[in-house]
Amino acid sequence: MGKSRNVIGFPYRRLDEAFGSDAPVPAAAAQGEPGTYVRASEAERMAARLQAVAERGDRAAFTELFRHFAPRVRAYLLRGGGDAGRADDVLQQTFEAVWRKAKLYDRRRANPAAWIFAIARNARIDSIRRERRPEFDPQDPAFRPDPAPEGERALAAGQRAEAVRSALSALSDEQRDVLWLPFYEGETYAQIAIRLGLPLGTVKSRARLAFQRLRRSLAAQREGLK
Amino acid sequence: MTISHHVGGDLLLAYGAGTLDEATSILVATHLALCPPCRAELALAEVIGGVMMESATTGTAPAESLPDPAIVGAGHDGERHGPAAVLSAQPGSFVLPQPLRDYAGCDAAQLPWRTMGGGVRQVALKTRGSGATARLLSIGAGKRVPEHGHRGAELTLVLAGALYDRDTWYRRGDVDAADSSVVHRPAAGPERDCICLAVTDAPLKFPALIPRLLQPFFGI
Repeated sequence: MGKSRNVIGFPYRRLDEAFGSDAPVPAAAAQGEPGTYVRASEAERMAARLQAVAERGDRAAFTELFRHFAPRVRAYLLRGGGDAGRADDVLQQTFEAVWRKAKLYDRRRANPAAWIFAIARNARIDSIRRERRPEFDPQDPAFRPDPAPEGERALAAGQRAEAVRSALSALSDEQRDVLWLPFYEGETYAQIAIRLGLPLGTVKSRARLAFQRLRRSLAAQREGLK
Repeated sequence: MTISHHVGGDLLLAYGAGTLDEATSILVATHLALCPPCRAELALAEVIGGVMMESATTGTAPAESLPDPAIVGAGHDGERHGPAAVLSAQPGSFVLPQPLRDYAGCDAAQLPWRTMGGGVRQVALKTRGSGATARLLSIGAGKRVPEHGHRGAELTLVLAGALYDRDTWYRRGDVDAADSSVVHRPAAGPERDCICLAVTDAPLKFPALIPRLLQPFFGI
């Protein structure tokens, strides 16, 4: 799994643990660090908390969401090249948005971590990059809605994250680089090309292949569930 | 009507990660408004982001700076249109989907189009950040844009009418991608003007003298 190779400061060891490594690495888990293993049931619990915030403005549920996600969101904001003061401002904005937008959360569609990630990502673009984030609007009359569901059994929020986690663990280090660096380090393909000493086109096609491989592996997992 | 030419997986990933430049993000968001299958792909990209956020080193916990819900206003996120606006508009009555109307400030018919000659008109969209530039083009029915090559990538999203390029027809929602190896002369279909969004990350190359002389004036 290339644990010795760590040319880009990428926490492979932690990722291997989280994505389900073949050899258990219990050191970090034994120290009681939170978030190393996030299981489907926890995602379901967080989804229920979001729903409680949406339905009745449940402050205890919101506090629990904050305790669970705030350290992770903060780490994400700090990795993206923000200083601590600004990261905390953006963290605050993120959770204000979580409170405001909870009623738009649909647990059949998104798992809580993905939903909060998207909010933190947008807050980061707004505040740190000072750019606008163009987004589609499902209420737009020009919006082409999803076709009626075909009765296909969708994976529950938690199961989906589990499936993605295991699919990520099956990727090569090279493929994981091109996913990790944009998502977590906030690097553009051009920056990754410089960092890895590769032509831009190679980085883009590697990203496309990694995404494709992930999709296939998810489809295979879905088949396995039938 | 289904879309047959989609944005690439690398663009969806970068849009999901939030690393795509603003101009290209407008194109991706507009394609997403018109393309349910690509929205499913974006949802997957966001699950990847969530998994990575969950599994990374958490570092120090923030000071208990829990936002006080009492001071967080109700807000109107995700509700840019009141119910009345949605009801009064006929489905498909807008040429420009919402992400584009946010930038253009109106729909295609009300835009201050500037002619570039040869039946081609344009409106540049104002974006922040470096890199790519976005413009709306209106190509008269049956007209062709001047032949040009590319120093970087050019993405063209068709919004109305049809665009013919390198033996392929592109229609509403379709994305035509060209890179530095391509020299082309896209044409609008004969029935009606073709309106499209073009995003380039480097100036174009015009072999013909007059377009080349005019290039600085159009900022293309």
